[in-house]
Amino acid sequence: MSVTEGDRVRPGARPRPVRSLYAGNARAVMSRGWRATRSTNWLVMLSGFFEPIFYLLAMGIGLGTLVGTVITASGREVEYAAFIAPALLAVAAMNGAIYDSTWNVFFKMQFAKLYEGMLSTSLGPLDVALGEILLALLRGALYAVGFQLVMQVLGLNLSWWALLALPAVLLIAFGFASLGMAITSYMKTFQQMDWINFVMLPMFLFSATFYPLTVYPVWLQQVIQALPLWHGVELVRGLTTGDVGWGMLWHVLYYAVMIAIGLVFTTRRLRVLFLD
Amino acid sequence: MKRYGGFAAVDGISFEVAPGESFGLLGPNGAGKSTTMRMVGAVSTRTAGELSILGLDPDAYGPEIRSQLGVVPQSDNLDTELRVRENLLVYGRYFGLPGRLVAKRADELLAFAQLEDKGKAKVDSLSGGMKRRLTIARALINDPRVLLLDEPTTGLDPQARHILWDRLFRLKEQGTTLLLTTHYMDEAEQLCDRLVVVDTGTIMAEGTPAELIRRYSSREVLEVRFGSDRNSEVAKRLEGIGDRMEVLPDRILVYSRDGEAELVRITEAGLHPITSLVRRSSLEDVFLRLTGRSLIE
Repeated sequence: MSVTEGDRVRPGARPRPVRSLYAGNARAVMSRGWRATRSTNWLVMLSGFFEPIFYLLAMGIGLGTLVGTVITASGREVEYAAFIAPALLAVAAMNGAIYDSTWNVFFKMQFAKLYEGMLSTSLGPLDVALGEILLALLRGALYAVGFQLVMQVLGLNLSWWALLALPAVLLIAFGFASLGMAITSYMKTFQQMDWINFVMLPMFLFSATFYPLTVYPVWLQQVIQALPLWHGVELVRGLTTGDVGWGMLWHVLYYAVMIAIGLVFTTRRLRVLFLD
Repeated sequence: MKRYGGFAAVDGISFEVAPGESFGLLGPNGAGKSTTMRMVGAVSTRTAGELSILGLDPDAYGPEIRSQLGVVPQSDNLDTELRVRENLLVYGRYFGLPGRLVAKRADELLAFAQLEDKGKAKVDSLSGGMKRRLTIARALINDPRVLLLDEPTTGLDPQARHILWDRLFRLKEQGTTLLLTTHYMDEAEQLCDRLVVVDTGTIMAEGTPAELIRRYSSREVLEVRFGSDRNSEVAKRLEGIGDRMEVLPDRILVYSRDGEAELVRITEAGLHPITSLVRRSSLEDVFLRLTGRSLIE
């Protein structure tokens, strides 16, 4: 069958399969998200920002007076507040990224049919995936920057290395946004979405966030070390406490892989859902 | 051809649409219209067969093709998190068009869709007809060569439908190629130069509305009612009247060149219908003849 055969479009030089995945226009998807956030749900954004700050005040300052100091993984002794603050910084990045890339994406995919509309334009699935993930990353970054300012005010950045915590936090947000969207793209019901929360809460509480990993038996330590948040916590904690070593590159690598896996699966899934 | 597992949703639909033409796909629910539209829209790959849109194969040139198409899906998928005008702006940016051009076109299209004073309104506050017009305006933001409309007026009230038809007719006059699906026969007669009737994934008939009426129906239709329990009994006594007759539970349809003359013959035979109506034959008669009267679900 043929629709307006005579009216030929200038074809590109050759069919390039990558072009059908990516039109180099993730920016348009991001600017859409920015407009939508600005006009409708900026209040929701604020609540996510304050959550880790409340934890810091309650646990770090409040509980911290009882705890005193803590020994870090590499044997350094730091104030309790300075011990949990970097962990909460990583959590702030994670929360921001996860909020946008799971519930928001789920709604857009299942109810608003947003991606269906996007993919009937010249956008490709990778544009959509990248745009949404970068937007989620941006929110994570915003939370994290705010949180780190609070840390600075409270004197919890113990080293100049803390400046590098910012790019580290971007990496963490990217990783969670990417994986979060990939997982969400396979979800069909609210019940399935609840499983994400079910995983997130224990991961937040037990990933060496509030106490060193050494309190656990070895097998449990290994489980925690397989989860993404622990790598984020250790990376950021190393930087803000000035406890830096080459071993930290493993954490970076972990996130790089997480980002790649998330992008590949999200793109693949969007293609199957909307372009097959 | 499109298969989902073992089920062939579209099986041997073949047609050509010339530039500037307005072409309709008619068929009952589940006939394969929307699947065909998705394939033409380069968002669904075909299992087998040949497909060329604007001279290009959608498997290889999906983005190129989509950049030249305007798509009005069956259910509105407007961006409810954005305002009316923003919907046009953002959609234009999806095509990678420059912001200034998109802003200019957005204002033109708001005027075209008669939504000038709704630019800052929330999408959810619009009526069904307005949403539909906004969806059409959005589909035109990239100045497409072909506009795909999947059941453009389903669920709208008569006023809203007529406004929409007027807008679509204008596009047709401006030379936009229209490809639309519908199960409203009046819509097809209003808008389509040529159409195919589709059922169970295949083409039942093809032609201009007038041709199809001539080929599959008569010039006029006489509808007579004798009361639900008497219709079939009376029908036996009407043998030989009209070109063809169809007995429905509530009435008898007599297909003929001259409906009034047939009515005279019926009364002369001593039969007196409770009500009678002579009307011109429509695409609906063609459609029902081709796709049957049983409810397909």
